[in-house]
Amino acid sequence: MLQVSLYRYNPEADEAPYMQDFSVDTGGRDLMVLDVLELIKADHDGSVTYRRSCREGVCGSDGLNMNGKNGLACITPLSESVKGEKLVIRPLPGLPVIRDLVVDMSLFYAQYEKVQPYLQNPTPAPAIERLQSPEERAQLDGLYECILCACCSTSCPSFWWNPDRFVGPAGLLQAYRFLADSRDTATEDRLARLDDPFSVFRCHGIQNCVNVCPKGLNPTKAIGHIRTMLLNRAT
Amino acid sequence: MVTSVTSFSRTGLSDWLIQRVTSLVLLAYFIVIAYQLLGSVDYTSWRLLFNQTWMKVFTLMAALSLAAHSWIGLWSVFTDYLTERMLGPKGNAIRLLCQLSASLALVGYVIWVIVIIWS
Repeated sequence: MLQVSLYRYNPEADEAPYMQDFSVDTGGRDLMVLDVLELIKADHDGSVTYRRSCREGVCGSDGLNMNGKNGLACITPLSESVKGEKLVIRPLPGLPVIRDLVVDMSLFYAQYEKVQPYLQNPTPAPAIERLQSPEERAQLDGLYECILCACCSTSCPSFWWNPDRFVGPAGLLQAYRFLADSRDTATEDRLARLDDPFSVFRCHGIQNCVNVCPKGLNPTKAIGHIRTMLLNRAT
Repeated sequence: MVTSVTSFSRTGLSDWLIQRVTSLVLLAYFIVIAYQLLGSVDYTSWRLLFNQTWMKVFTLMAALSLAAHSWIGLWSVFTDYLTERMLGPKGNAIRLLCQLSASLALVGYVIWVIVIIWS
């Protein structure tokens, strides 16, 4: 039996959050953490609340904190997460909890919106498409794959303390995705908006984001590229 | 763009660059001091060392670097932890008070260093 300790909070009924323990029969299988949550919801307590959708690491809905490490519940096997037959599941840290494992991601999306994550090019669009060389396209590898699950930003202490002013690793990865895009012409405006003491420079390079990204991306490296671009622009 | 009137240079890039340059100055200074300490040090040799103009200038550079480096670091710590988000409505007042105290202390230290080495 797997011992699961689950963060519970229903603001309409509970005065404060609490941890609830469940014994889950996994049948000795190496289930994904999401499967364990499904078992709890089906067999133990139907009121357990969490987000999920594709259950294969594509949609980014079920970002959770499992035994202290952020990740996607649907692609995190028990063998990777559980230590000593105990699994502690909490919501993503640093964001307001709506209920149980569901967090309010408004601050996260506000920072994403701030970097204007869309192609900007005022020149008339060509008849078919804006072409890129294979080398220019390769610049976007490791950047475009982000699924906005928020595992990185919510593992970053700088984002915990200043979620309204520090863009966070997810937003900055996307900022660089458009700075690095050969088709985008708003580089100067994008950089000008980032050159303050908080938006980029709150990153102290501790690489929690790299450690938890379920897609294996490297926001710290992208932030380093943004710093270099800001430096080149100013010198 | 997030504005901040109390950061050292008002821009993130300048603060970042100043912190790195000042850390190199401090590293060089402490290597020189460590090298001196590894040899035999007595009052006379110490006095002779600090009587030389290059050492006075170097010490002043190190003191100014330490003050700038510390301010940028402390400013980051204060704006992380001493905020209304963390401490409630009095957060900004507490942070400003700490920033004022820290800046006065750092200016005081620099003046103190100047008095010691140039007097």
